Amino acid sequence: MHSFGYRANALLTFAVTILAVMCAMASLSDNFNSPTPSAQVQVLNINWFQKHQDGNDEVSLALNVSANLQSLFTWNTKQVFVFLAIEYETPMNSLNQISLWDGIIPAKEHAKFWIQTSNKYQFVDQGSNLRGKDFNLTLHWHVMPKTGKMFADKIVMSGYRLPQEYR
Amino acid sequence: MDWQGQKLSEQLMQIMLLAFAVGAFATGYVIGSFQMMMLIYAGGVVLTTLITVPNWPFYNRHQLNWLDPSEAEKHPKPQVQQHISSSSKKKSSKK
Repeated sequence: MHSFGYRANALLTFAVTILAVMCAMASLSDNFNSPTPSAQVQVLNINWFQKHQDGNDEVSLALNVSANLQSLFTWNTKQVFVFLAIEYETPMNSLNQISLWDGIIPAKEHAKFWIQTSNKYQFVDQGSNLRGKDFNLTLHWHVMPKTGKMFADKIVMSGYRLPQEYR
Repeated sequence: MDWQGQKLSEQLMQIMLLAFAVGAFATGYVIGSFQMMMLIYAGGVVLTTLITVPNWPFYNRHQLNWLDPSEAEKHPKPQVQQHISSSSKKKSSKK
């Protein structure tokens, strides 16, 4: 500690080390949060349901998504990425997972929302298996913290079925 | 900065940074603001820098008591005996 430069160096090193510890503690404090999110999705309408030239089924859905993800937000949350995936089983794939809609929630105030939308991304099956198919709609989310560990979870909503005929 | 001053400035630096870190974390966690934690800690680092890095007068209160030059003249250093060998010539030439 005998010179200006030596003292400045020691202070900077110690300050940054403590900063890292503080950030680690902030990340660990997220574990004390036990979120209770909720979500409902209604299929309002089948806009169209057809078979492409190449033999793949395509569906367009009108959806009503409402969710309350406010409990995911802590003081260390930067934003939440949320997406709605349709999930079903076919003989070829045990799990087909297609993202229908997604969004970024930048703040807690926007985490209680509802949106009426048709699927943002194309819903095309790999093959022609969709007539009368049971499917799940799953709301996935990734909690992006300011520092530290990212969390991901989902809500599975089951009991949906596509019509027997193309329209 | 004297020896006592160096010790004091190092201890002050460590204690102040730790205290600001604890205070900043507690405040940020309680009011739920990550930004407030960062601001308080940044302020603490700046304040600690201003207090412990420059050579303030209060770090120089324990000057070493060097002997007066006249004291050294009264007790001259023992001189190395001159030798004829070349190695000792080098030594003596340094002085």
